[in-house]
Amino acid sequence: MNEILKITNLSKHFGGVKAVNNFNLSLREGQIHGLIGPNGAGKTTIFNLVTGIYKPTEGTIVFCNQDITGNKPHYIARLGISRTFQNIKLFSNLSVIQNVLIAGHKDISYNMFESFARTGKFRREEKQLQEKAMMLLETVGLADLADKRANNLPYGHQRKLEIARALALNPRLLLLDEPAAGMNTEESKELVTFINNIKEKFNLTILLIEHHMDVITNLCDVCTVLNFGETIAEGSPASVKKNPLVIEAYLGEEYIC
Amino acid sequence: MSGYVQGIAILVGINLIAVLGVSILTGFTRLFSFGNAGFMAIGAYASAIMTTKYGFPFIPAIIISAALAGFIAYLLGALTLKLRGDYFLIATLGFGESVRVLFAYLEPITGGARGFTSIPNYTTFSITVISVILAFIFAWNLVHSKTGRDLIAVREQEAAAEAVGINTFASKQLSFVISAIYAGWAGALYSHNLTFISPEMFNLAKSSELTITTVIGGLGSLTGSVLGTLLVTLLPELFRSLASYRMLIYGIAVVAVITLKPDGLYGYRELSLSRILSHFKNRKRNVPREGSR
Repeated sequence: MNEILKITNLSKHFGGVKAVNNFNLSLREGQIHGLIGPNGAGKTTIFNLVTGIYKPTEGTIVFCNQDITGNKPHYIARLGISRTFQNIKLFSNLSVIQNVLIAGHKDISYNMFESFARTGKFRREEKQLQEKAMMLLETVGLADLADKRANNLPYGHQRKLEIARALALNPRLLLLDEPAAGMNTEESKELVTFINNIKEKFNLTILLIEHHMDVITNLCDVCTVLNFGETIAEGSPASVKKNPLVIEAYLGEEYIC
Repeated sequence: MSGYVQGIAILVGINLIAVLGVSILTGFTRLFSFGNAGFMAIGAYASAIMTTKYGFPFIPAIIISAALAGFIAYLLGALTLKLRGDYFLIATLGFGESVRVLFAYLEPITGGARGFTSIPNYTTFSITVISVILAFIFAWNLVHSKTGRDLIAVREQEAAAEAVGINTFASKQLSFVISAIYAGWAGALYSHNLTFISPEMFNLAKSSELTITTVIGGLGSLTGSVLGTLLVTLLPELFRSLASYRMLIYGIAVVAVITLKPDGLYGYRELSLSRILSHFKNRKRNVPREGSR
């Protein structure tokens, strides 16, 4: 299997705060890799570094043999890394389907003049994009809500819409920031099946941040544990859970017997 | 049609073109500009200079002066669009004022504060109508395409727009350039309609009038902008005697719109015949239900 993402010696310092320090990650195609750690451990900062929202203080990020360190977010998104946000960022005043349509770049090749003239190419590509958006909404189970306003959806549906929007970019790597946040055990079980389904269907590699350990255990091939910006453990979910450093980070040292 | 009505129609048409530009910029991209009168001035003066001093035919003069306004917006946008919302607004305000002062100062070319006189009256009713139709179709097709969706994404949620691969800076710049082209286009028609222009016509009050019209008509709606322009241009004509209170009434109207109907008269949706028909149909259906209560 090919290496799809390679992060080497990545650091991000905000003044004196070392939000991420010397972080390394190697992600193989088709893997689901978990990123866990207590609050403020630097997990979302890593997402923001990979997607170009922050520029790293040090280190390199290589995606599909291309150095993407310090590139602009929209450029990185078009290369094939798409993401969801911890605090959902939908286009909340727009309809559900418009949210998905906006992300459909790779399916549009007409230029502005062709859209002025409403050429056959314009009509064809718009129609195909519409069909693709409906297909994506069906995959996440929101097809019958296509014309509803995005911020009128219940919370769980908004999360799924954000995933559908991310998928509209035809990504190779999907970054999910706490997809199970606010879900109960039942719902997170359903989420595990759902993520496995979309991974198979769209040939994805997934990097996810999560606090629900059951989601991590059932979903991830490998996971990395962070604390205060440093990697403290890496390996299969089962082995990581037994690691005394991890237990200390989560529960405090007096719990180690 | 009588000359008076035609004159008013031309005025409505010219304002509408400038307002459509602001509508794309403010209504669809949520960038506020208080400098669009400056772009109108550039279009008005450039076209007047071309037709009077260099003997250009009218249509090429319109195209070149609109393109010039767009080019200057491109340069200004490259410098200022990285600024956050309010600062961009201040920068455009400064730009509009400096254009006005510059034209007043360049007396040998522009006639200075006394104005630019004896511009040929080329803006006919038919040229205005054709311009309005073209401007509206361009704006409509732009908004209902990939480009328009990018602008709307920037308006709704900039961080998410970047995350789904939209170059937000390029989108804002495009929107700014298009609004300047529309303003320059309107300016060229304006100078050849009035046959006399002076820098004072393109002051801050004119810029804010364009933005106010867009807000009253409704942000994010081209048909709303048409309604707004009709209202803002025609009402002062009907109430001529109140002309000196115009800005006062605009101010009150904006406060009223923002507090009572924040989306404007017709914000975030487009007026369409089928929607109006279905509205009436629903009303008819509701009548017996109310009666049976």
